[in-house]
Amino acid sequence: MKLCTLALLPLLVLAGCKPAAKELKIGVSAPTTGSISATGQSAKNAIALVQDEINAGGGVQVGDKQVKVRFILEDDEDKPESTATVFQKLINQDKVLAIIGSYTSKCSNAGAPIAEASGIPVVSPWSTNPNVTKGRKFIFRACFIDPFQGRVVAQFATSKLKAKTGAVLYDVASDYNKGIAEVFRDEFTKMGGKIVGFETYNTKDTDFSAQLTKIKGANPEVLFLPNYFNEVPLQIQQARKLGLTAVMLGGDGWDNPELVKLGGKVMDGNYFSNHYSPDIDNPIAKGFIAKYKARFGLVPDAAAALTYDSANLILKAVATAGKADSKAIRDALAATVGFQGVTGNITYGGGGDPVKGAVVIKVEDGKFVFDSAVNP
Amino acid sequence: MVCTLILALALPLQLSVDAGLFPDVLNPYYLHLLTIIGMNIILVASLNLLNGYLGEFALGHAGFMAVGAYTAALLATKALPSAAALPPVLGTCIILVVTLGGAMLMAAGIGYLIGLVTFKTVGDYLAIITLGFNMIIVNAIQNLDFVGGPRGFTGIPKNTNFLAVAVCALLTLGLLRNLIQSSFGRVWVSIRENAIAAELMGVSIAKAKNWAFTIAAAFAGLAGGLWAQNQQFITPRSFDYIKTTEILVMLYLGGMASLSGSILGVVAYTLLMELLRNLLSAFAPQLAEWRMLISPLILIVIMLTRQTGLLGNREWRWLRPRQGA
Repeated sequence: MKLCTLALLPLLVLAGCKPAAKELKIGVSAPTTGSISATGQSAKNAIALVQDEINAGGGVQVGDKQVKVRFILEDDEDKPESTATVFQKLINQDKVLAIIGSYTSKCSNAGAPIAEASGIPVVSPWSTNPNVTKGRKFIFRACFIDPFQGRVVAQFATSKLKAKTGAVLYDVASDYNKGIAEVFRDEFTKMGGKIVGFETYNTKDTDFSAQLTKIKGANPEVLFLPNYFNEVPLQIQQARKLGLTAVMLGGDGWDNPELVKLGGKVMDGNYFSNHYSPDIDNPIAKGFIAKYKARFGLVPDAAAALTYDSANLILKAVATAGKADSKAIRDALAATVGFQGVTGNITYGGGGDPVKGAVVIKVEDGKFVFDSAVNP
Repeated sequence: MVCTLILALALPLQLSVDAGLFPDVLNPYYLHLLTIIGMNIILVASLNLLNGYLGEFALGHAGFMAVGAYTAALLATKALPSAAALPPVLGTCIILVVTLGGAMLMAAGIGYLIGLVTFKTVGDYLAIITLGFNMIIVNAIQNLDFVGGPRGFTGIPKNTNFLAVAVCALLTLGLLRNLIQSSFGRVWVSIRENAIAAELMGVSIAKAKNWAFTIAAAFAGLAGGLWAQNQQFITPRSFDYIKTTEILVMLYLGGMASLSGSILGVVAYTLLMELLRNLLSAFAPQLAEWRMLISPLILIVIMLTRQTGLLGNREWRWLRPRQGA
């Protein structure tokens, strides 16, 4: 038995000792299994697209020669401890130059200290929690942060929908949901609205009737559900069954084809804020959407679009830096101005958070339709 | 003997990785895995005290770990100066002793209270109550805003390294080994074998159980304290019943009532997961998503072929007391 244990260790070492190839390696840490594996799949698709695009043209221009790019994708299971392991592996074993990931903020928070200590630049496509980049030099993100999204929805509810009363039902056990919910409450009140219900539940709850009955009693005009796509349809179905007529609002957590598959008709007529819309008039976005659709048979969601942008941000930074060096790539990333991506223009003004706009999307006949754009 | 050997290996290993020697063979990734193995050994060995030696089915170990992790995180960030303000090696040692001591005390206190409440229950009922306490602890932390609530606790300094974890794991194993062979341990085993007979012999079951709970909780707290200062970020959700289940899987894989089994279970489980990750990404990247399916399958096969776990009720010699001593 003891021998078995000892035999395992060198195997692990051997698995890591492959001949070094002359290619540029970029790591990806995405939840391809676990509760939000749909997001991981979007990331995987987008990465495959970027890799084929760049290598079809001979690779990325580094100094005076072209180098092929290889993306190494690892599954972080949407768990902080697995993310820490994945970051360690990508940095120390695969020797990647930069990392794309992780997706949820809790995972990025576990991976970021490791990358920061090793001096490896990270672009997180999807982590909207302000803490992820705070006080760190090497951590960037391609998306806006939670407070901004809460403000966008509050502004939309008060000015476009002319709502006077609003309620919130959110998952208190998730940082993302709680963050947006609190900003929405504060901003909605500041803009002259009144919050008549502020109810919570815990991840994986399936019965929301107690909270919804309470909200029904207050009869709000809008109900904000800043929760993930796998739970929102159930919440709206139960709300409608109880006779709640409020317009439902959400954040970018709604953005997944599963939303209408699970919810069906009941999702129609509701709005959510998002990083981008497939309908937006932007030639880069149009090209990306056409290619993605042709290859995977799906309309790309925001996670796919943001992954695509994150990968291209890094590739552009490599080209600007002119050398395959993590520190130089970090400096080039920080100096990014007016990068044109699928999800809009990205400029880093000092920190790792980009200055960029958001869109509001309406669900109509089971489709996501562009409603309006909001700029900071 | 083995203890000395492991310690003698751990020190140069830590130093050479820190200095960046032999980057291809000894890199921080492997050291990270060894660190995780060390922390998991503390968790599994202490749960073995309850589930293996005392013969109860406790399901709340991750809860104690959470108490330890948050206590250590609070002490390290709020109460103590940063390691930079203290003399280099000694400062870190002092910080570790204080934070880990605090974590153990706090977890032991909670463990004692839970032991008091559960002393009347046995079997399935105890399992449900401990599971309930695990949920209570996690949900309570989620509602405490000063430790970050559901957003998690960020900005914990990195005071732990592999060496510290190795020392803690060996101390834990040594202490548990001696404890199990002492009159305490024999009382626990007697309760497991026949509670009525033990009581007739004058054993206070409630007291003995309470001791077991307190000690097991203290070590879970130690693992939590190390965990927090290694990962530098903790969320309450990392300590829910899924974590408890993971600890249980490693425990049963290794075998009950065996410290050697606890070590082997942890090593086998952790390396199996990482080995699959490496092999799949090197040779069959298209199968990478099947990792979570392949590894439980291997576990099932192992459990079917070795129903007492890898080393159930058996002990390596260095974990047995000396004959005649």
